[in-house]
Amino acid sequence: MSEKKGRFGIHGGQYIPETLMNAVIELEEAYDHYKNDPDFNQELSTLFNEYANRPSLLYYAKKMSEDLGGAKIYLKREDLNHTGAHKINNVLGQALLAKKMGKTRLIAETGAGQHGVATATAAALMGMECVVFMGEEDTKRQALNVYRMRLLGADVIPVTTGTATLKDAVSEAMREWTSRIDDTHYCLGSVLGPHPFPTIVRDFQAVISKEIKAQLMEKEGRLPDAVIACVGGGSNAIGSFYHFIDDPSVRLIGCEAAGRGIDGFETAATINTGKIGIFHGMKSYFCQDEYGQIAPVYSISAGLDYPGIGPEHAALHDSGRAEYVPVTDEEAVDAFEYLSKTEGIIPAIESAHAVAYAKKLAPQMDKNEIIVITISGRGDKDCAAIARYRGEDINE
Amino acid sequence: MSRISEAFNGKKVFIPFITCGDPDLKTTEECVLQMVKNGAGIVELGIPFSDPTAEGPVIQEANLRALSGGITTDDVFDMVRSLRKKTDVPLVFMTYVNVVFSYGTKKFLENCRDVGMDGLILPDLPYEEKEEFAPACREQGIDLISLIAPTSNERIARIAGDAEGFLYIVSSLGVTGVRSEITTDLGAMVSLVRENTDIPCAIGFGISTPKQAHDMSQISDGAIIGSAIVRLVAAHGRDAAPFVGEYVKEITDAINAD
Repeated sequence: MSEKKGRFGIHGGQYIPETLMNAVIELEEAYDHYKNDPDFNQELSTLFNEYANRPSLLYYAKKMSEDLGGAKIYLKREDLNHTGAHKINNVLGQALLAKKMGKTRLIAETGAGQHGVATATAAALMGMECVVFMGEEDTKRQALNVYRMRLLGADVIPVTTGTATLKDAVSEAMREWTSRIDDTHYCLGSVLGPHPFPTIVRDFQAVISKEIKAQLMEKEGRLPDAVIACVGGGSNAIGSFYHFIDDPSVRLIGCEAAGRGIDGFETAATINTGKIGIFHGMKSYFCQDEYGQIAPVYSISAGLDYPGIGPEHAALHDSGRAEYVPVTDEEAVDAFEYLSKTEGIIPAIESAHAVAYAKKLAPQMDKNEIIVITISGRGDKDCAAIARYRGEDINE
Repeated sequence: MSRISEAFNGKKVFIPFITCGDPDLKTTEECVLQMVKNGAGIVELGIPFSDPTAEGPVIQEANLRALSGGITTDDVFDMVRSLRKKTDVPLVFMTYVNVVFSYGTKKFLENCRDVGMDGLILPDLPYEEKEEFAPACREQGIDLISLIAPTSNERIARIAGDAEGFLYIVSSLGVTGVRSEITTDLGAMVSLVRENTDIPCAIGFGISTPKQAHDMSQISDGAIIGSAIVRLVAAHGRDAAPFVGEYVKEITDAINAD
């Protein structure tokens, strides 16, 4: 759906300092070369299958389907990937690409810590240096992931500027990249930032929808009626949607983090509360005030706590091809507990946003209809925070 | 030829920067007048932005101080209007694309002309995206200042060829902030610029001492200093103007010395 280079409808583009322009051009040229290189694709596919545990399962959630009494529900189990989330798909792709480009050092931002852990993992595997920027607030919320990254050999740098969350970690990683380009690849974790990142990250995550399509065809002999995924920047969602975009019968539903509700300020629901702007290298929707100052967003989920959304999602929203719905903290926590009790699967609090919307949608659908929910990550990292949310104090 | 280009008219120009509204707009206005009195040839006015990704910690903090004081883009326009009654020094805004875009690009530039601005620097607007903002700038007679960086290489010819006002040469990799040493081969960059345009060029990023300012203006047409001034404002708050004036004088003298 790209109309011109790096654009999705009116969104996307390359709004970055001149210092970085040759770096993104070099990246684009390298990617254009390697994406069609059989050896590169073979190597990546081997990493996916033999290191990251792909293909991930497409699991029929029988108890949940029966309990909700409507559509058949399948779960795409990205939580079963190595490192526990979909993030590894993109990271293995980018790390391999960076290595081919002769880079020896990866830098990354992280919110919940999943992308940081995945980047540190790939760096360890490929013998690269790794530095991860993480909002100081998030280093407290996700202390275990900070330890994991250090264990894997990465330096974790707490970011204290601004709101000390994901957007500040992205800004800091961009600043770092500006100061050291020659040996460093910025391994961006979502379908965000300047071209070519939204396209590269989408292509590496598109394996999710490619597998869903094949797996469901084998089990049910047909397409799903709806695909539901959580959206922060939107990488697991675009990965889940991508191979269904040209199948108009498939509803594509992105679940935004509404935090304490979209009527207040404590929210991260970009499409539902934001307006078009230009930030972090791209034109898209952003939570911002009337003067374009980026809003301090809030969600219980550190991974969805971002004031923008990937440009391809912005375009899918504009065209009406995908729907973006708000899900509150409370609904997500309920769904976190529900999936744990009903299916014995503890989802990441991010993914629980998608489960929450499926709980509302499934009963309104027929028994012969099919919903696929992407469980983008596992919820072990969230247990202490959810316990606290429920008023229980436990030690990690 | 624009007022900005004229400011260079055969002499070396010092371009000091200040973040508007840090700690308040009255202080900013006093500082700007001190800058002009002490020899600034052009003044760069930063409109605060919540997430200034090209700035180092000093200017980041100034942006946040200004915003936490409630400064808006409209307040900055009002200050310029008042400033224009007292000085005709060329004034250039430095801000981020979202500040202009969200205000409405056309309306922003109309206001720029109304209040008497001369130029606009957007550090997150590279050559490839320039045409989104350039027509509105042209229409209002505002120079859209282009930047070139140590990594620009073969891009320099194209960027310089289209430049207006002056060319902003970024001295070093990384973000704004004081540096003890500048290692880029700036002489080579300037030569490439000269081959492609008659527009003057000034060097910024990392400059703070009179000697650095002197050296930079010897190889180009002028020097730009931001963080060192913002640091003075941070240290002296509402009493900053005389300190800024003194510093600007020191730098101007160094730039004009042979």
